Amino acid sequence: MADTGEGKKEEADYKRLHNFPLIRHTDMPEEMRVEAMELCVTACEKYTTNNESAAKMIKEMMDKKFGSSWHVVIGESFGLEVTHEVKSLLYMFFGGSLAVCVWKCS
Amino acid sequence: ELKEEFTCILKANNPHAPQNIIRYSFKERAYKSVSHVDQMAIHFSLNGNLILKDSDEGRRQGVKVSPAAEKAPVETSAVISEEAEIKDEGSKGDTQAAGQEETEVSGTAEVSEEAETEEPSPIKPKEQKFANQFNFTERASTTQNNPMREAACQPESAPFKNFSVTVNQWNIYDAYVEELKRIEKAKEKEKPRPQTARQEEERKKGRKLTTLESQGINKISKAAKITERMVNQNIFDDIAEDFKYFEDESDEFRGQQGTLLPLWKFQCDKTKKLAVTAISWNPKYKDLIAVGYGSYDFVKQGHGMLLLYSLKNPSFPEYVFSSESGIMCVDFHNDYPYLLAVGFYDGNVAIYNLKKATSQPSYKSSANSGKHMEPVWQVKWQNNGVYNNLNFFSVSSDGQIVSWTLMKNELVHTDVIKLSVEGTTVQWQEGLQLQMLGCGTSFDFHKKIDYLFLVGTEEGKIYKCSKYYSSQFLDVFEAHHMAVDSVRWNPYHLKVFISCSSDWTVKIWDHTIKTPMFVYDLSCAVADVAWSPYSSTVFAAVTTDGKAHVFDLSVNKYEALCTQLVVAKKKNKITHIQFNPVYPVIVVGDEQGHVISLKLSPNLRKVPK
Repeated sequence: MADTGEGKKEEADYKRLHNFPLIRHTDMPEEMRVEAMELCVTACEKYTTNNESAAKMIKEMMDKKFGSSWHVVIGESFGLEVTHEVKSLLYMFFGGSLAVCVWKCS
Repeated sequence: ELKEEFTCILKANNPHAPQNIIRYSFKERAYKSVSHVDQMAIHFSLNGNLILKDSDEGRRQGVKVSPAAEKAPVETSAVISEEAEIKDEGSKGDTQAAGQEETEVSGTAEVSEEAETEEPSPIKPKEQKFANQFNFTERASTTQNNPMREAACQPESAPFKNFSVTVNQWNIYDAYVEELKRIEKAKEKEKPRPQTARQEEERKKGRKLTTLESQGINKISKAAKITERMVNQNIFDDIAEDFKYFEDESDEFRGQQGTLLPLWKFQCDKTKKLAVTAISWNPKYKDLIAVGYGSYDFVKQGHGMLLLYSLKNPSFPEYVFSSESGIMCVDFHNDYPYLLAVGFYDGNVAIYNLKKATSQPSYKSSANSGKHMEPVWQVKWQNNGVYNNLNFFSVSSDGQIVSWTLMKNELVHTDVIKLSVEGTTVQWQEGLQLQMLGCGTSFDFHKKIDYLFLVGTEEGKIYKCSKYYSSQFLDVFEAHHMAVDSVRWNPYHLKVFISCSSDWTVKIWDHTIKTPMFVYDLSCAVADVAWSPYSSTVFAAVTTDGKAHVFDLSVNKYEALCTQLVVAKKKNKITHIQFNPVYPVIVVGDEQGHVISLKLSPNLRKVPK
């Protein structure tokens, strides 16, 4: 009982601890990167249960701000191989279990 | 009378027409009456638009009309004829005169009508206007249409790259854990090392700045050097000309006397307080002078400098080396013109390598590697030893002549000889044979006989020594009453040497004879003396009152050919003199750090036959 209790605590803990956005790979310029990151965080927090809407929101905002044809993938477990425009890729973790990949390709 | 009948005849004659017209006929050259006079009078004329259908023009125009109307003419003619018949019928229909003829005509008309209706509704013929060409002309014009061209462009598509990644829940977890660890470590490191980081940064910045600057300047250094020299040449143009070409013609009138023409004056701000203590010409580059700066004052001892001037650039030295202790003597190596041996006031010696960019000596003696205890007054390079090591000799006031050898990047010293004063031993302590050592002030090596050299001392004696005998002198000359400032072998006469001293005299000796051959009293302490490289009988001496004396023994054995005040201010003393090995120029150094170059007039330059 105690173990499971602790286990649960740990889970809760790490979810809390790992809540910050962690950028894994990006080649965006500084400004773009910061904006994109903020946007992803906002979207994910707004649509916690619905990855699709979050992705939709991110994609539309990016299209408006930085030009057409952005693509967004949000998920917890996937594999990925994409061709992206140079200096337009952001790959980050968020919320302890979400991975977001945003790239531009027209 | 009323019943008279008058006949009126209507004639078709035009009452207005003339009845007789007389015309001139050119053919018969006479007036003739025209036979027939035209009787027609035109009351009204109107030009019509119709042309006969069957005429040439009509047919032509008929063909021109559209090809569908080929039938039409046939039809139209049929129609027209029908219309004509119908009209006929119509006009005759009222009169009932013709019976059968009418019916026939009407029958045919009806038949034709029926035929007409049976025919498929004919294409309504265009109204063909057979326009005559007199009233109607065709005129057409088109505007200029610019030619069409296709132009298209497409912007360069942005470069693309591939990216691939796999993500799972454990990936994410691991990444976060790692990140947290990293942050913690960074926090720990930050605390104890804020200051050192700052210092390092500053240092790096400093280095970066200097490297950037030096990189920038280095690229133009060569060009800058050339421009500097050109500017100097322009400024000192007249001096340069004098140096090269000026020959004092008044010498012819002066008999045997000559003059010294002052040329450039080398001075540098850094050496204003220092006295010139040594001058040496570079054996390879005939315009390069090495000048050592220091101080002769026993009490005031400061730092020293070694400057190398080029005659091409009198305003700034080519090389600058500074040292903690005053430099007392300088010597260039004969074979390696980039090596300079230097002796210091504190007893050290050093070798400077001009090829290296540092301002520090390449090799330096130090207290533990052996140094003189007194100022080193003279250094001289020797030929390479057995093992081909560079070596040079130095003489110092501590009475020792030391040979320094450069072995394996270190200066190793070996005592050559000690200048022991005869007759003075064991005066200070019992048991110890303390020799009073004379203070060596100058020495010179024989040009041909390698092992033979002369040493001048402060007591006024000159010792003739050999490298092979370390304890005994070959000979002693009781030369002067005061310190011997300089002793020099004659470059041509192998037996002759000259010595000068603060006792106001310059003496010329034959080393086999104990007494001097010539004695010159110059009425002032003589600081330095030098033989000329081009003549065995010419030498120059400088006295501390600022005068330079040039002697030529072949011309005048008793007097100087030229006695000239070289240094402007009376407070200034001349300290050294050197002849340039190639050009007829002497260089004089004084106590205020100035180096003055003077050109010898032709009388002073006579080469003996």
